[in-house]
Amino acid sequence: MTNANKGGRAVALAVWLLAAAVVMLAFSRRWLPALASDHGAGVDRMLHFTMLTAGILIVVCHGALGYMLWRFGGRERAGFRPVSERSQRRWSLAAAVFMALVAEGGVLAVGLPVWAQYFGSSAPANALTIEVTAEQFAWNVRYAGPDGVFGRTDPKFYTLDNPVGVDPADPRGRDDIVALNVLHAVAGRPVRIRLRAKDVVHSFFLPNFRVKQDAVPGMTIEFWFTPTREGRFELACAQLCGFGHYEMKGILIVQSPEEFRKWFEEQSRG
Amino acid sequence: MAEPGFVRRYLFSLDHKVIGIQYLVLSMFMALCGGAFMVLMRMNLAWPGVKWPLLGALFPHAMQSGIMKPEFYLSLVTMHGTVMIFFVISLALASGIANFIIPLQIGARDMAFPVLNMLSFWTVVPACIVLLSSFAVDGGAPAAGWTAYPPLSAVRTAVPGSLWGQTLWIVAMALFIISFTMGGINFITTILEERAQGMSLFRMPLTIWSYLISSALGLMAFPALFAAVVLLLCDRHFGTSFYLPSGLFFGKKLLPNTGGTPLLWQHLFWFLGHPEVYVLAMPAWGIVLDLFPVFTRRPVFGYRINVYCFYAIAVLSLMVWGHHMYVSGMSPYAGELFSLATLAITIPSAVLGVNMLASLWGGAIRFRLPMMFAIGSLVMFGSGGFGGMFLGNATSDIQLHDTYFVVGHFHLMIGGVTLLATFAALHYWYPRMFGRMMDETLGRIHFWLTFPVFYLIFVLMHFDGLAGMPRRYYSWEKYDFLAGVRGHQVWISLLAFLLGAAQLLFVYNFFHSIRKGRPAEPNPWDATTLEWQPETSQVYRWPYDYSVPGAATDFTPQNTK
Repeated sequence: MTNANKGGRAVALAVWLLAAAVVMLAFSRRWLPALASDHGAGVDRMLHFTMLTAGILIVVCHGALGYMLWRFGGRERAGFRPVSERSQRRWSLAAAVFMALVAEGGVLAVGLPVWAQYFGSSAPANALTIEVTAEQFAWNVRYAGPDGVFGRTDPKFYTLDNPVGVDPADPRGRDDIVALNVLHAVAGRPVRIRLRAKDVVHSFFLPNFRVKQDAVPGMTIEFWFTPTREGRFELACAQLCGFGHYEMKGILIVQSPEEFRKWFEEQSRG
Repeated sequence: MAEPGFVRRYLFSLDHKVIGIQYLVLSMFMALCGGAFMVLMRMNLAWPGVKWPLLGALFPHAMQSGIMKPEFYLSLVTMHGTVMIFFVISLALASGIANFIIPLQIGARDMAFPVLNMLSFWTVVPACIVLLSSFAVDGGAPAAGWTAYPPLSAVRTAVPGSLWGQTLWIVAMALFIISFTMGGINFITTILEERAQGMSLFRMPLTIWSYLISSALGLMAFPALFAAVVLLLCDRHFGTSFYLPSGLFFGKKLLPNTGGTPLLWQHLFWFLGHPEVYVLAMPAWGIVLDLFPVFTRRPVFGYRINVYCFYAIAVLSLMVWGHHMYVSGMSPYAGELFSLATLAITIPSAVLGVNMLASLWGGAIRFRLPMMFAIGSLVMFGSGGFGGMFLGNATSDIQLHDTYFVVGHFHLMIGGVTLLATFAALHYWYPRMFGRMMDETLGRIHFWLTFPVFYLIFVLMHFDGLAGMPRRYYSWEKYDFLAGVRGHQVWISLLAFLLGAAQLLFVYNFFHSIRKGRPAEPNPWDATTLEWQPETSQVYRWPYDYSVPGAATDFTPQNTK
């Protein structure tokens, strides 16, 4: 075996080992955070479909590359048989068709229906509406209160005691419940989030719910999802918003209807 | 004419070869800076809150009593990204190697506009100085990320780095774009106008094709960023509201701005930002496709198809910027269109990948250093590309957006693919630059400390991203859902230090071999292209005539009748 070939076999082995490392890492633990939302199952289906196809492609491609390096490394002379134009076109066509099926097919068949359900449909009538106003470095949370209507807001009313700027002249706003960094929701009842930001762009990220949405100053963005189980879940900011970005943590508490009603009544009295 | 003096020859040179090497040396200096930023970042991520007294003495303000401040961490993040993308990879691959190799490979005497060429280099030098000097101004270096999203980058009190550092960032980017535009015009004109007799377009090496198409792509995309940074400058200093809506509230004060939107910046930025990836990756593919034939002694697979793929990718890349904005508040219908367009790019990319693989088939592979790095680049391209299938797809991007999955993905693509191709190109053309070979043993050590280490670091980051780990975090200590994965940061940091140290080996090898390297033969790789055939005025064939049946040698140079 020539020296050059030894180098080739080492590279081939490295290519195979790296693919093996990817596969081992993939199966070494459950990577996705435990699921807690309805539409999240669809997001996970998309993720798993891509993990499977990309994983197979990685194994096949690394395998093929390593094989060629192993087999053709250090040969004295190249094969003389030229490749015909036709076979070049055929291979390219095969790659194109295969990729179109896997990538575009995955989007159309698995991905976009979930996307359309998540973003394209309006929230069910029984949805609980929570207004979340992000600022450096906290999440202001507001519920409509017993009257079920949010009071009018205006940035000119922003103060430390009135962080979301509720208009004091608007009677509908007097019973609004305002909280900091803690959201309450009900298992099985859809949640509609009205997302706003006061200063810079933030991002409302609930890892367990497969929910992520930027909060953009000047915009009110609405979306909805349905929590499927009770528990305390973490809310993180996913868009760089300043030096406290990493500490901008919130909590979403998903409760039973009774617990939620009890909490809601306490807040309304206060 | 008298011999030019030292200044004319090595500083304000008009010779494209010297200018190319100037770019390369500058990019190596900037890479050392970007690498140093990485080391500081990785120290903090692996061991958050630990005191480093020595660094405290070095940065008395940013690392008071040895603990890194979060705003300094964000400055490092921002500067690492900006420096590595625009002032390392762009300068080395899209300017340095291009400058050196384009005239040589097409048989031109020099660039079409030598003075413009010198000017473009001497415009990017002040850009580097301005950018690096931002560490010294009030508030420190910019801290809004290399993407500089407003209002964080537009409101001067939003983060310390936005006080003055962001302004210097804008000036540096503007200078860089001016320089890059001059370079692009020069490359395109040279390739179209200065080719040797007989060098028809479809006899050009794929390297040249990739530079032609990527330069055109850069010329189309960069003006959007130029406009964007000018508007940002106006918002910051002249009271305009391009990116600033009404109702902004900072420091207990309502800002007077009204009518703008932060999304405008994101559209303009990514209209450049995504094509920029291909401006950098395409030359890497061109080089890999050109090196495979030299080191397999076989013609490239699917020459014309590869050219058409370059075209297809260039056109498509101008229509996919929205995949950076799926959860930005942009219309969800736009998200659907951008998903389909983005995954359409995987089709020509897959064809390129298959053609690279097929180019190895039946060859007599010689595992010299340029070939090894080219193979490494192909591996990064494959794995990074499959990661793109997750992010290009709006549905899975909901979970992965702004996590370490993204960090891992773009490091494999615009870090790995381009960096390894740059190393391949430097090892390959080094004998043409300096008449000597780079040291093979040092080179092999560098390869084995770079390729697998780089791959492992960024593959692991993909998995941390699946676990939801957000990027640009100073620490993840507060988050229980990351308890199982944040320990990986120690491994990543240790591997990253190893990777960084290995690059010093390369820099040493590069400069050491200029005088001490083994003298090179005129055509050390037995290649067909013109840079190895001196004094060519006429071209008779394409560049891939390797192992032609009946020929005297296993390569037939392009200037052989």
